[in-house]
Amino acid sequence: MRWIWIDKFLEFRSGEFARAIKNLTLAEEHLHDHFPGYPVMPASLIIEGLAQTGGILVGEAGGFAEKVVLAKIPRAEFFGVACAGDQLVYEVTLTDLRSEGAVVEAKAFLAGELLADAEIVFAHLDNSRANQIFGPKNFVFTQQLLGVLDLAKAQARAREAVAQGQSQAQPVPAIGASAEGGGEANGQPREPQTVA
Amino acid sequence: MPTYEQIFEKVQATLVDALGVDEEEVTSNATLQGDLGAESIDFLDIVFRLERNFGIKIPRGELFPENLTADPEWIADGKLTTKGVDELKSRLPFADISKIEEDPSVDKIGDLYTVDMLVQYVQSKLSTS
Repeated sequence: MRWIWIDKFLEFRSGEFARAIKNLTLAEEHLHDHFPGYPVMPASLIIEGLAQTGGILVGEAGGFAEKVVLAKIPRAEFFGVACAGDQLVYEVTLTDLRSEGAVVEAKAFLAGELLADAEIVFAHLDNSRANQIFGPKNFVFTQQLLGVLDLAKAQARAREAVAQGQSQAQPVPAIGASAEGGGEANGQPREPQTVA
Repeated sequence: MPTYEQIFEKVQATLVDALGVDEEEVTSNATLQGDLGAESIDFLDIVFRLERNFGIKIPRGELFPENLTADPEWIADGKLTTKGVDELKSRLPFADISKIEEDPSVDKIGDLYTVDMLVQYVQSKLSTS
């Protein structure tokens, strides 16, 4: 199992905002345990998905030079449950960023309805101490996790290439429809996504 | 310029949000760690909230200094040396250092962070902004 709790970025505005989706499927083991016969996404994993969305937003703002760790969740409210087959949309806004860490406002939506609302505080690990304990490798932003952002960037480039009529560009993955669908997060039509 | 009492009320609300404590617990002389249960990571949250709630800028380490026990000249046998106490005085100008002068144990440093210290700090920031 891979510790990646978002599937795709729909929108990424550096240092400001990110929107990602998480599809829930019965292929995920945890849904069979939580709960047998009633497969709902654990609230803690929704928080993890929001934190991964926010963590990448925070990390990218600093060029991934810092090791960003979830430090505190001062507030988290849940208004419903998400079941197998549902698609969650995570929207995260960076509200504060300083050298020691950052704060984000994070919301999860299901079918345009607010499902979860949280505030998340991230800390930047002290690099010298972290390197002593964990080594120089950035264990927070593994290539697997960053691959989600890389994929979104690649898809955005492919869409741009198609838009510019560069038919000789790489074959465009069939992502246009799903990206447009995601633009209706929070029940509101959105401007076209920008994945910078 | 708001009064001490007005700043105190806002600091009180800030700590209620940051630490999940009751308003009545946040008295002027309450210590952040001992009385209000703050952990080190809460200090970062408190800094964010004070900046937001008061519209001030708090440079890193100015309100909650880092590495207070890093220099071996400041500590001997688990107690602050005279140099260490002087260092505290200069880096925590709004803390009541007399307490630590009575008992210079290193584990008493946390008791210097009080609600009153925060109020005085904010007051000084607002007066210079």
